[in-house]
Amino acid sequence: MNIDSIHSGIVLDHITAGRAMQIYRYLNLDELDCPVAIIKNVRSGKQGKKDIIKIDAAIDIDLDVLGYIDPGITVNIVRDDKVVGKEKLHLPEKLTNVITCKNPRCITSIEQEIDQVFKLADPARGVYKCAYCEAEKK
Amino acid sequence: MRHLVDITDFSVQEIDDMLRLSEDIIDDRAKYAEAMHGKKLATLFFEPSTRTRLSFEAAMMELGGNVLGFSSSDSSSAAKGESVSDTIRTVGCYADVIAMRHPKEGAPMAAIKHSTVPIINAGDGGHNHPTQTLTDLLTIKREKGRLNDLVVGLCGDLKFGRTVHSLINALARYSGIQFVLISPPELKIPDYIKRMLTDNGFRWREVESLDEVMPDLDVLYMTRVQKERFFNEADYVRLKDSYILTPEKLKQAKKDMIVMHPLPRVNEISVKVDDDPRACYFRQVENGKFVRMALILTLMGEVE
Repeated sequence: MNIDSIHSGIVLDHITAGRAMQIYRYLNLDELDCPVAIIKNVRSGKQGKKDIIKIDAAIDIDLDVLGYIDPGITVNIVRDDKVVGKEKLHLPEKLTNVITCKNPRCITSIEQEIDQVFKLADPARGVYKCAYCEAEKK
Repeated sequence: MRHLVDITDFSVQEIDDMLRLSEDIIDDRAKYAEAMHGKKLATLFFEPSTRTRLSFEAAMMELGGNVLGFSSSDSSSAAKGESVSDTIRTVGCYADVIAMRHPKEGAPMAAIKHSTVPIINAGDGGHNHPTQTLTDLLTIKREKGRLNDLVVGLCGDLKFGRTVHSLINALARYSGIQFVLISPPELKIPDYIKRMLTDNGFRWREVESLDEVMPDLDVLYMTRVQKERFFNEADYVRLKDSYILTPEKLKQAKKDMIVMHPLPRVNEISVKVDDDPRACYFRQVENGKFVRMALILTLMGEVE
């Protein structure tokens, strides 16, 4: 299978196999006009299998969202056919309007206009807590 | 501008200062009788609670201030669908400080976002109740003379009991506290609290029998099994009588142990215990007023 290499844009590499579509949706990539390639189940030395997303345009990506969904991803920045930057992701300290609190007793269940804010409570376990009611979310 | 949403919003030093101020108020009430003259406290109780509301109102009145507010969401614009945030912005135009109770967890955190006056969390659902915790800390300090090196037993509903969670979090900032967690299996304390205690090097144990640990305790904190925290009436009925403190059980306790309770009680402490000098829950109620006076003064910047 051949997929054209990109001229200037972003390659999301080392995506956990099976998560590419979730990332596609979270980053709203369906709204882009440029070529976007989702490559699933690519053989990988480190991971066995991995997914890759190639975006042929220099767009801004919310690295916090990406870090929350899959902190193992490598973000490669491509300019003029060359990789000019690599970013390793990590779990973000704070997530705003990425996930919603499911606690029916939380104020966010009735107060419509407030942001859904989660804070990283336990980096080792990847646990976030709602900034309002402190309900946990993994 | 400072608020009190969670007990950990204040450092141990700041809490110690507030407890000292409370004791100074107790020693010389006349000195503070006009400290809030011309100021207004709004008590916004979206959920009924007679005792906490009256305690706040009495505290403000003893400081020479005035109070206004409502005591249920039916009599507020929340019944018309107004957001907490809008209610707070509106009331901030009338009052100098706000004490709010709300059935939804985290409501005070939403309230402080747009507030122009200090907010005091007077209870948010099953989440936090920091002024009860201040009350408990003042009571332990006054009765035992210290807030460290104590064996503290917490008994009853440790799963939903917010006063217990807040008190453990507050005491876990002092040294030498041993926690004894006494509850039926269905009402055990949440795992994250046990994890916090272990991670911070505290000694704690979980037991089902009050009798077996009674002789070890310096403080026994009793709680009510609260009907409003259960989704299911049958579970409530089955568990409400799990632990009842009687004079017979108290015979095994240390002579200087203290019995605390956030009140109201249903039947978990026999009224026959009330005359025992170790029963300090009514003194605890009075401490609640004094510590709220100290809190209002602190948030209003009236502390030297």
